[in-house]
Amino acid sequence: MKIKQLSIFLQNRMGSLSKPLEVLSENDVNIRAMCMADTSEFGILRLVVDNPEKGKEVLEEKNFLVKMTDIIGVEMCDAPGGLTSVLKVIKDNEIDLEYLYAFTHDKVNKAILLLHADDIDNLISVLTENNVKIVSADEVYNL
Amino acid sequence: MFWNEEIETMPRQDLEELQLKKLQATVKRAFDKIPYYNKRYTEAEVFPEDIETLKDIEKLPFITKDDLRESYPFGLFAVDISEIKELHSSSGTTGKPVVSGYTEKDLDTWAETTARGLTMMGIGEDDILQNTHGYGMFTGGFGVHYGCHKIGAAIIPISTGQTRRQIEIMNDFGATGLIFTPSYGIHIGEVALEDGIDPKDFGIKAIGFGAEGWTEEMRQRVEDIYGCKAYNIYGLTELMGPGVGVECEAQNGLHIAEDIYYPEIIDPKTGKVIGAEKPGELVLTNIEREGMPVIRFRTKDLTKLTYEKCSCGRTHARMSRITGRSDDMLKVKGVAIFPSQIEKALLRIGEVEPHYMIIVTRPGTLDEIEVKVEASQNLFFDGVKEMMAIQNKIGKSIENETGIRVKVTLVEPKTLPRFEGKAKRVIDERNLH
Repeated sequence: MKIKQLSIFLQNRMGSLSKPLEVLSENDVNIRAMCMADTSEFGILRLVVDNPEKGKEVLEEKNFLVKMTDIIGVEMCDAPGGLTSVLKVIKDNEIDLEYLYAFTHDKVNKAILLLHADDIDNLISVLTENNVKIVSADEVYNL
Repeated sequence: MFWNEEIETMPRQDLEELQLKKLQATVKRAFDKIPYYNKRYTEAEVFPEDIETLKDIEKLPFITKDDLRESYPFGLFAVDISEIKELHSSSGTTGKPVVSGYTEKDLDTWAETTARGLTMMGIGEDDILQNTHGYGMFTGGFGVHYGCHKIGAAIIPISTGQTRRQIEIMNDFGATGLIFTPSYGIHIGEVALEDGIDPKDFGIKAIGFGAEGWTEEMRQRVEDIYGCKAYNIYGLTELMGPGVGVECEAQNGLHIAEDIYYPEIIDPKTGKVIGAEKPGELVLTNIEREGMPVIRFRTKDLTKLTYEKCSCGRTHARMSRITGRSDDMLKVKGVAIFPSQIEKALLRIGEVEPHYMIIVTRPGTLDEIEVKVEASQNLFFDGVKEMMAIQNKIGKSIENETGIRVKVTLVEPKTLPRFEGKAKRVIDERNLH
């Protein structure tokens, strides 16, 4: 159920994003979703790829600093208010989210929201209890 | 102008006789009263009676900052604590600081050296001297202070900081002499100019500066801003404080008060004395110190000596401007820093020693120091908050260790240069030498 996300440390300077992406492409690792957290000096590139173990291995071979982090994906309605209804459940249960990002795919009227919180197991149980659909990791890897 | 004309213009032969007498007495006292010297000299099989000429000083082993540190706090005192009137200590050094203890007579000797220096610069009893050196354990403030009392000038003990107040006092009190580090002096001048005040209008007669590295261009800048001459002052806590050497109006080297400090130049690699006119490491001996005689101290400062009589009439040796260090010490904002301190601070954060680089710049007139640290598994978290916290923690740890606030930048792994053999961890972009 948990998705293995790759977090990569990058310096904030021109061209620093392209290098890790080249490494992944050369090794046939496909990116499913990404987001970037940045400050004026450094950034954390967060990626969901089709093969996280391989992605981590090939990046580390090229000296990138990579952490594998557990996140979860939930399915939400691709309509106004879809995101809000999921966030309401999280807020009502006083869960502090660390970050989130979302994307749409070929499933009509549906979108996927990726979430990270310190206590990920608690997040899963709260969402499940409230009938929010959690998507399997394989579904996200093989979109 | 001379403060002590008889001594300062003494024929070299007479001066050397005086030095020998004082050196013999100092070595004997140190050997008799201080266990450290007794042990070291006995091990080296050299005894006070072996000092028959000045050259015989070369038989004595050197003393280093580490030796002084190991004797922390009072291990090198030659007198009972009841006779010590003042205690100082060096700033921002690794491990334990170096302590300097002064008897009443030592304080008077110290005042004598700075009195000679201030007189050389043209400061006399009619003057008002604004001293921006810090007052405290640092010797800069008090050394100048005591000398100023001796010559009878009025001293403004304002210390460092509060730049606009410095300018106001300078103007309102009519300061005629200034003491500052060159970078702080330029900073004060630039702030005044920004506020529409021309420092030339203050009527400053002379400036004494020291406690950090500087170039001839910086001296020129100081002189242009204030419209007067600026003189170099050299000193170090281990030997007493400021006043070991001061420039006269010829601005052609610093006169070492040779009847008080005996200078030698050595090859830092072999430890052999290399004589006049050749660059090497300065070694100093207190030959007029009661509380804590320091014999053959390796200053690690690189300079050269000349014994030619100066155009001002003084016969004492002159040292040239310090051109570097024989170790990797850095002076940033007047504070001494060793890369090993940064290393220690970093080790405290993660379990493994990270790769790092120290970059010192002077973007305007004040020093800035940046420490680049390679991020590693220990120093990487999947959260911006945690990463900022790590940067802060590293910064705090370095500040605790060195007393200096630095900018910490985390960089990608393996992006800093690797070295075979001795690492070069410091990039000094200030071009001071």
